[in-house]
Parts: sequence; structure tokens; C-alpha cells
Amino acid sequence: MASNGKLTGKQRLGWTVLSVVVLVYALFPVAAILATSFKTQADLGTASFLPGSPTWANYEMILFGDAQGLFLTALRNSIGITLIATFIAVVLATLCAYAIARLDFPGKKIILGSALAVSVFPVISVVIPLFNLWRNIGLYDTWLGLIIPYLSLTLPISIWTLAAFFRQIPWDLEQAAQVDGATQWQAFRRAIVPLAMPGVFTTAIIAFFIAWNDFVYGISLTSTEAARPVPAALAFFTGASQFEEPTGAISAAAIVVTIPVVVLVLLFQRQIVSGLTQGAVKG
Amino acid sequence: MSSITLKNLVKKYDDGFPAVNDISIDIEDGEFIILVGPSGCGKSTLLRMIVGLEDITEGDLLIGGERVNEKAPRERNLAMVFQSYALYPHLTVYENIAFPMRLTKGKFTKEEIDEKVRHAATMLELTEHLDRKPANLSGGQRQRVAMGRAIVREADAFLFDEPLSNLDAKLRGQMRAEIARLQRELNTTSVYVTHDQTEAMTLGDRVAVLKKGLLQQIASPRELYEQPANLFVAGFIGSPSMNFLPGTVEGNVFSTPLGKIEIPDRAAKAGEGRDIVLAGIRPEFFDDASQLSEAQLSKGTTFTAEISHSEWMGNEQYAYVSYETDERVHETLRNLAEEMDADELRTQLVVEVDATSRFRSGDTAELWLDTRRMHLFDPATGENLTRDEEAGAELTREAREDRKRDAERFVARQG
Repeated sequence: MASNGKLTGKQRLGWTVLSVVVLVYALFPVAAILATSFKTQADLGTASFLPGSPTWANYEMILFGDAQGLFLTALRNSIGITLIATFIAVVLATLCAYAIARLDFPGKKIILGSALAVSVFPVISVVIPLFNLWRNIGLYDTWLGLIIPYLSLTLPISIWTLAAFFRQIPWDLEQAAQVDGATQWQAFRRAIVPLAMPGVFTTAIIAFFIAWNDFVYGISLTSTEAARPVPAALAFFTGASQFEEPTGAISAAAIVVTIPVVVLVLLFQRQIVSGLTQGAVKG
Repeated sequence: MSSITLKNLVKKYDDGFPAVNDISIDIEDGEFIILVGPSGCGKSTLLRMIVGLEDITEGDLLIGGERVNEKAPRERNLAMVFQSYALYPHLTVYENIAFPMRLTKGKFTKEEIDEKVRHAATMLELTEHLDRKPANLSGGQRQRVAMGRAIVREADAFLFDEPLSNLDAKLRGQMRAEIARLQRELNTTSVYVTHDQTEAMTLGDRVAVLKKGLLQQIASPRELYEQPANLFVAGFIGSPSMNFLPGTVEGNVFSTPLGKIEIPDRAAKAGEGRDIVLAGIRPEFFDDASQLSEAQLSKGTTFTAEISHSEWMGNEQYAYVSYETDERVHETLRNLAEEMDADELRTQLVVEVDATSRFRSGDTAELWLDTRRMHLFDPATGENLTRDEEAGAELTREAREDRKRDAERFVARQG
């Protein structure tokens, strides 16, 4: 972009067109699902984009109607499991990334390397042995049985992002705090953590997405409503008769699950964007 | 307030490289010590060893007579100003200054903290910026906040790690004066690391010159300038730096590439019987012979030389005289230039003459040299052959008395 921040008319037009194209490309599916969620069963077959006679029936069905039991418990499972997994991942990753960024210890490269290896390992190849193991030790169809595999998905990426973030924080700050009379823990908590907050938030959101959107573990490691998360539960929706596809209900459910994610991002947008480390050192 | 004693301090890294090698310094209570040297000489490492951010491999570090080798930084009660200032960007100026006191739970009441912060802010003219964040401050203001954080601690000593190197030249001059004033006012023992010799000369009660982890000389700025211990100190201190002219001493005659120069007995004796020596001559030891009185001329020696070019600075004038260097000292001079981070070695003499002299390039000028002040160095060991220990010690003693008088005067004025 132009370094002085001023764009010429042509550039502005170009950027606008490009932005619109990208927005439409990214948001069209969401809009389509939103439109579908308001369609009546009869409308689903028609070729029009907008619902002919908009109805809340699909939402009523998943929130108060037949599918209520299936959807609401799944929603509760999803929120609970995802939040716990995210929280554990962020706390562990913060401590681990701090150690990786600050300390020189043997095996540092191995930790980073294996974290990366785990994150690229295909989920589907792990899920069958995990299924067997979980059945044997009683973790099958429990919250913990999902939280543990979710940690294996979220921890590596959390460690990598946070380690990169910690490396940017000037080490001088921590040393200054120590000279000022802080213990190692105080220096970490009062000088480093506040600065790392944007990174922690970013990481938390990424971890949350990963756990929230998981389908393979969700469907393979659960069998009842005890632990089944929303993405898996959607597959168990049924229509009014065996000849009807529950498309409307699934769309409504999809919209409902998207809302927390959108809210989360809007809520923490400021923390993610703010460059807090500014002004720490010379200018 | 405390004395700091460094006893044979050694810092060896894992690869066995001694960054600091057997350094012993006694720092008196209230003294301002400068650690100076080219980059990589170990001055910052030494400072970080004192504050506790760097482990001590060998030797003892005593603060106020107590050995603190194993103590964590926070237990040493020292305050440090970092090169990068290291301000906490998420805290306001007020909270930055209050930070050290906030860490000692229960030791200070809210009112005490507030009073101390405001007192420091007044001293440093930061009162109107107390609610701002470091990101919104200028370089000089950030620097003052960093000093404020050090002051409120009532620490046993202040440590400065090149605190002015990020400021522009004008601000640097102001802050230099500010630091000198504060140190005198608070009369707190201070150790200051710099590579800038102006800072070293103006701030220090004593200056420690380091090279490759070894202490070369520790003395008052005047002693360093007048009676340097060796070639390195002589070349490092002073700007433009000292000229090193190779030559052979025969009787009272010093034969140089510029001709024969008559030297006083003391120098003649020191250089006697040596194959070759280096004469250390500061630019201001020369003058334009045509401008001097008979009486003045008789105190030194005159010789003629061709001026290769001259620089008129307004208050003074530098003339340059080229000469053929001697092969036997080529290696020594090249190493010296390298050690001092200087560019290539110069084979020209820098001569400082009065601004009214009209030297142009190509002129053959008659130059006068104050041979009483020149030193002779052994090119092999770098040792100063004509160093007058007693005169040097006297200069450092005077500096010490000056400091004591300053402190007393300040106390009297306060009382």
C-alpha cells in the first residue's frame, strides 16, 4: 500500500472492487445458509435464493421443538468441552512458550519439532486407535475423552504462536523488573503477561475455533448425548418423515453455532489488534 | 549508599572465552565510575555481573562490604538504567516510576509512594506527563522516566548501561549534564558504561578503560589523559586521538620520519638503548612556531614539515602532515587501530594550531612541539616508558578531593 496512506482514485477503486469480490466469495455461503434457515420445508426445493415465506419454524424446532433435546445438550457439550480445552491449552502453552522463548535448555528444538509434527499428523489415523483405547479405559463418550484429543490439536499451534509472540517482547523488560525487585514469577506476571495479552487472546481464539469446529473426534469418540458436540449432533438430525431431509433445521443450527464464534472475535478484536509492546524501548 | 568492591572478577562463557578477565576495582561510596572501552571489551558484561543479571565465574563481588555473588538481582538493592530504557509499556509514567515500590508489598503506604513518585517527577520535570504512556513520550522523556524509576528506589547504587546512546547529539549533551547533577545531588555510588569518551571524561570521578576483558587503567580523566599507562589508553582517550610517531632515541635526539627532534632528558633516558620507540604526541602539543614568543619556543623543539591539508573549525584548526611509517611498528599500529574500533591506521600527523594560522595544503610550515608533555611507548608491549606514576596519582587524588568538596558543598547548601 502507499506508504503515506493516501490512495489515488484508481487505487481506491481497485481496492474496493477487490474487497467486495473477496467479501462476496467469503460470505456467500453464510448468506445462503442464513436464507435457507428461514425457508419452509416446501420452499427448500425451489430455486430461489431468498425464502418465499420466511419462517422461524426451523429455529423453533431446534430450540424448543423435536430436535431440542439433541441440539441443546450438544450445544452445552460443545461450549463446555471447547472452553475447558481452550483454557488448558492456553495456560499450558503460555508457560511452555515462555520457557522456549527465554530459556536455553536441552531438548528445546525437540519440543518445538514434535509439536509441529503432532499438528500435521492426520487426525483420521489417530482416531481409530484412540477409539479403542478410550473404550478400554473408560474415557469413551465423556467430556474428558474429547478434551484430551482437542488439546493435542490446539497445544502445538498455541505453543508456536505464543513462542513467536514472547520472542518479540524485549528481554530487557523482564530484567529491569528483576532489578527493580521482582521475583522471576512477579516479573513474568507483572511485566511479561500484560504485554503478551494480545498474543494470548489471539491464541485462545485460534484454539477455540479448532476445538469448536472439530467433527472427526466429535463423531468417533462419542455415542450418546453425554458428550456429543454440535458438529457431530447435526448429523443426527432427522426430518419429519424418512423422506424429508432436515436441511432447514441443520441450517438454523449452523447459524446458531456460528454466533458464539462471531461474538468472540468481535469482543476480542481490540485486544488482538492493539500493539501493546509499542514504546517499551527506544523510539 | 554503599561502596562496591570487585575482586578479581572473571566471566567465562561456555566456550571458555573470558569476557571479563580478572578485574579488580574498589568503588568508594558516592563515587561515579565510568567503564569505557571499544565494543566487545566486556564493559556491559561487567556491569551486568554487578547487578546480578550475569553469573560470576570467579572472584568476589562485595556491596557495602558484603559478598553478593550468589544473590539474585532483586536482593542486591541496585537500580539500573537500561540502554533501551526498558519501560513497561502497559503502565503510565506514574506507575512505571512506582513499579519498584509496588513490588515490596506493605513496605510503603499509598501516600508514601505518591509522595516519592511526585518528588522524582519534579526532579526530572515529568510532573505533567505522569498520566501518559511511554509510547507517547519523546526519547528524552523516556530516558527521564527510566531515571525516575531508579531514583525512587533509594538503591545502594545506580548502574547505567549506555543510557544516552539512543538520543540525538543535542539531547545527549543535556541529559549528560542532568545525570551529572543528579548524581552529585543524591551522592549515590554510580557505575556507568559507555563507549563515548566525552561522557567518560565529563561524568566520571574515575574512568576504567577496558580492552578485551582486561582492565587497562583506572584513574581520573585527567590522569588518563596526561599519564596514560599504555599505548591503548593513550590512543583511546582523546579526540582527535594521539599521534604515534616511530623513531629512535640517540642521546637527546629523537630521529623520526619527520626529521630529528630534540627531546628532554627524561624521555631520552627512557628511550635509551631501544631499537625503536613510539612517541605519543597529542595534536595540541604542537603549535604554529611563527605565532609563538621566544620564551615559549625555548620550552620545546621546532621542526619544519609539509602540510598535506588543513581543516579550519572556527575555534581551532587541524593541519595534517603525512609521513612514511616505519615497517617495524606497522603491525603494532594496525593492531591498535583495530582494537580501538578505528578505521585504518593513519600515517599522518594531526596537528592542532591556532585558528588564525594560515596553513594551506602544500605549505611548508615551521611547527613547534612541546616535548615536555610527549610520552614514549614500547611498540612491543605497549607500555608507557615515560609515565610519571606520582604525577598521575596526584591528578587522581585531586579529582577525589574535588568530588568530596562537591558533595560537602551540596550538603551545606541543602542544610
